Amino acid sequence: MNEAEIKERVAAFLGEHDPSGDRLEFLRARFDAGLAWVWFPVGLGGLGAPRELQQVVERELADTPQITGGKQGIGLGMAAPTILAFGTEEQKRRFLRPLWTGEEIWCQLFSEPGAGSDLATLATRAVRDGDEWVVDGQKVWTSGAHHSRWAILVTRTDPDVPKHRGLTYFVCDMQAPGVEVRPLRQITGEAEFNEVFLTGVRLSDDLRLGEVGDGWRVAQTTLMNERVAIGGAPTRRGGGVLATVLSAWREQPELRTHDLHQRLLSLWVEAEVTRLSGARLREQLAAGQPGPEGSGMKLSFARLNQALTGLDVELRRDLSYDDWTFRRSEDVDFYGRGPGYRYLRAKGNSIEGGTSEILRNIISERVLGLPSEPRVDKDVPWKDLPR
Amino acid sequence: MTLLYSEVEEELRSSVRGLLADRCQPAAVLKRIESEPYDLDLWKTLAGEIGVAGLLIPEELGGAGASASEVAVVLEELGRAVAPVPFLTSAVLATQALLPTRDALLGELAEGRRTAALAVSFAASPYAPARGSSVRVDGGGRLSGTVTGVAGAEVADVLLVPVDGDLYAVEGASVEVAPSMDLTRPVATVTFANAQGRRVGACDLAAVLRFGAGLLASEQLGVAEWCLETTLAYVKERHQFARPIGSFQSIKHRLADLWLDVVRARAAARNAVADSSSVSVAVAQAWNAGVAVHAAEEAVQLHGGIGMTWEHPVHLYLKRAKATEIALGTPGDHREALASLVDVPGPA
Ligand SMILES: Cc1cc2nc3c(=O)[nH]c(=O)nc-3n(C[C@H](O)[C@H](O)[C@H](O)COP(=O)(O)OP(=O)(O)OC[C@H]3O[C@@H](n4cnc5c(N)ncnc54)[C@H](O)[C@@H]3O)c2cc1C
Repeated sequence: MNEAEIKERVAAFLGEHDPSGDRLEFLRARFDAGLAWVWFPVGLGGLGAPRELQQVVERELADTPQITGGKQGIGLGMAAPTILAFGTEEQKRRFLRPLWTGEEIWCQLFSEPGAGSDLATLATRAVRDGDEWVVDGQKVWTSGAHHSRWAILVTRTDPDVPKHRGLTYFVCDMQAPGVEVRPLRQITGEAEFNEVFLTGVRLSDDLRLGEVGDGWRVAQTTLMNERVAIGGAPTRRGGGVLATVLSAWREQPELRTHDLHQRLLSLWVEAEVTRLSGARLREQLAAGQPGPEGSGMKLSFARLNQALTGLDVELRRDLSYDDWTFRRSEDVDFYGRGPGYRYLRAKGNSIEGGTSEILRNIISERVLGLPSEPRVDKDVPWKDLPR
Repeated sequence: MTLLYSEVEEELRSSVRGLLADRCQPAAVLKRIESEPYDLDLWKTLAGEIGVAGLLIPEELGGAGASASEVAVVLEELGRAVAPVPFLTSAVLATQALLPTRDALLGELAEGRRTAALAVSFAASPYAPARGSSVRVDGGGRLSGTVTGVAGAEVADVLLVPVDGDLYAVEGASVEVAPSMDLTRPVATVTFANAQGRRVGACDLAAVLRFGAGLLASEQLGVAEWCLETTLAYVKERHQFARPIGSFQSIKHRLADLWLDVVRARAAARNAVADSSSVSVAVAQAWNAGVAVHAAEEAVQLHGGIGMTWEHPVHLYLKRAKATEIALGTPGDHREALASLVDVPGPA
C-alpha cells in the first residue's frame, strides 16, 4: 500500500462517517476501517501497511475526533504491541479495540519496591489454582493505575529457577477484588503514579499472555516498545518541547542573552538530529519490532527534554510554580502546564521506562557487543538471591 | 525522501571499501604521510576503475550522472580510511563549481585524466566565501593575489579560481605547501602573479561551498565511525584488573553515548544529501563536525598510552577531524547561520 492508496481509503472513510457526530462512534469506526494503527493486521485496527503511512493518516484525519494520547500512552505504546505479539486471537479481539478508542485505559504493573532497574528480580507471586491464578504482591510507581481498567503485569511463578526463567506475564483486571491502588505524591506535587497492592487477586488463565515461565521474553517486547514509544514519537522540525522554548524566545526579545542564544542553538541542532535519527529508525523498523537500538531514542529524548526544560525556566527567569496541590493527575500534561512543572516532570524522563544508566548498559552490551559486568545472579535460583 | 541507503549506494560502498582495504590500510597511510601524503596511484584506480571522479558529472559530459547521495557514500568510505586522495577537493568542490559552465574540462576530470582544485581557502564558508583570498583580476584576465589554506592544490593540474562571481581556470600558479594540521589533506598557499586565466563562466561560490559543506558531513561521519569501531574492538581486547576494560561501566557508558552521537550524525548526513537546503547543511555541519572530533578524542583517550603514539593511526583521524571541524565553516558558524534561517534571533 502506498501514500495515494491510503489517502483514498481515508477519503472513502470520511465519506461514510461524519466527524462531527458521536466521538466514540467515530473512533470505533476508524478502528474498524483499519485506520487506527495501519501497520497492525486487518481486523485489529490496521491494514498490514507500512508503519510510515500512519503519518499520512494522522495528517488526513487531523481535524477529526482524536484519542487522548497522554492518558492512553501505556495502552498504546506498551500493552498493544505486546498483546499483538503474544496474545491469542481471542485476546487480541477482546482488548485492542477499546484500548485504542480509550474506552479502557491501561497501566503497567512492573516495578516493585525491591525490583526497579533489576526488574527480573520481582517478587509478586502468581500461584495456579485450577483455571485461575492467585496473585499476591506489591507494585510501585504505577502511573495512571487510578483510572485504569486493565494492567499488564509480570509475576513470579517459579521461585526455584534463576530469576529470568521463573516469570509469567498476565493481563490484570484492575476491578478484581484484592486490587488496591494508593496514590503516591511526586516531585511535581501531584499524584500521577501509585502503589498497587495485590492481595489474593484471582485471574483466569485466559488472561495469561504467552507461556508460563516465558514472562521475561514477553516483558522484553513491552520494554523495547516502551522505549520507542517514549522517545521515538515523530515530531516536526522545531516542534515538541523545543517549540515551547522557541515561542518564549521569539515573543520576548527582552529575555535574550548571548549565553542563552548559544545554548539554545546547540539544543536546536541536537533536537533536529535526534528527530532525524528517529525518522531513520522508524524507516528501518518498517513493520518489525523495535530492537535494542530503540533505547537510544529514549536516552536522547530524556537528555534533550531535561536540557530544554531547564533552559526554559532559566530563560523566562520565572520563580513561580503553577499548582502544588496534592491531587490525582489526569494526564502527563507537558504542554498544558507551566515551565516549572515541565522542568520537574522531565526529571522522570531519565528514570521511567528504564533509567539512562540501564539504557546505556543495554546499548553497550546488546548493540555494541561490549562484555557485561561480572554477574553474581545468573545461575542462582531466584529464591536464594540476596534481596 | 529516505534517510536510508539504496542498494546502488551499498554496492558502490562495497567496491570502494574493498579497494581501500587492499590499498589504503591506515598503516600504509601512516607510512607515506611524511614523504608524499597523496596516493595518486590509488586515486587513478578510484577514478578509472570505480569511476568516482565523474559521479557528479552528467553522462553527456562524460561522467556517471549520479547524485550527491552516492558521492556521500564514497566520502564516508574515504573518511573511514583517511584516504589521501583529492576526491573532495577535485571531484566534489572543483567539479561542482565547474558544472554550471559545462566546460570541456569536466570530461577530463570525469575520467580522472586531470585533477582540479578550487583556489579557495578550506577555512572559507558559505557565510564568508572570500575568507583567505586576496585575488584580483585585471582587464586582460590576468590574476594576482594570494589564497591561503587551499586543499588539494599541490596535486591539481588545474586551479579554478573564483573572483567576483566569475570562475577562471589557471595553470601555473605558485603553490607552496606549508605544514598542515591534517597530514592526510595538506593545505597550501597559492600565489598568482599576473597569471593568465581563462574565464570559464559564472560561479556562485557560496552555493558551491554550501554543497561541499553538506557532503563533508558524510566524510566526518566516516571518520567518527572508524574511531568508534576501532575503539570498540580495542576495549574488548585490552585487559586490566583481570577484565576487558570494555566491561567497566564508565567506559561502556561513554561508548554508548558516542554511538548515539554517531547514529545521529548518520541521520544528519543522510538528511543533508536528501534535502540540500541551507538548514539541513547547517545542521549536519553543526553536529557532525563536533561528533568527529569527539569520537577521535575519545579514541585517543580510551587507547591509553598507545593512543598518544605516532605508531597508532588514530592521530591521523584526530587531525583530520579537527581540521574538518574548521573547514567550510565551524560548528559555531553554522549555528549562527541557523539563528536567522530558523528564526531564533540573537539578543539585540
Ligand atoms: C514518573 C515515573 C513513572 C513511572 N511509571 C511506572 C509505571 O507505570 N509502571 C511501572 O512498572 N514502573 C513505573 N516507573 C518505575 C520505573 O520504571 C523505575 O523507577 C525505574 O526502572 C528505576 O527503578 P528504581 O526506581 O527502583 O531505581 P533503582 O533500580 O534502585 O536505581 C537507582 C539508581 O541506580 C542506578 N542503577 C541501578 N542499577 C544499575 C546498574 N546495573 N548500573 C548502573 N546504574 C544502575 C539507576 O540508574 C538509578 O540511577 C515509573 C517511574 C517514574 C519516575
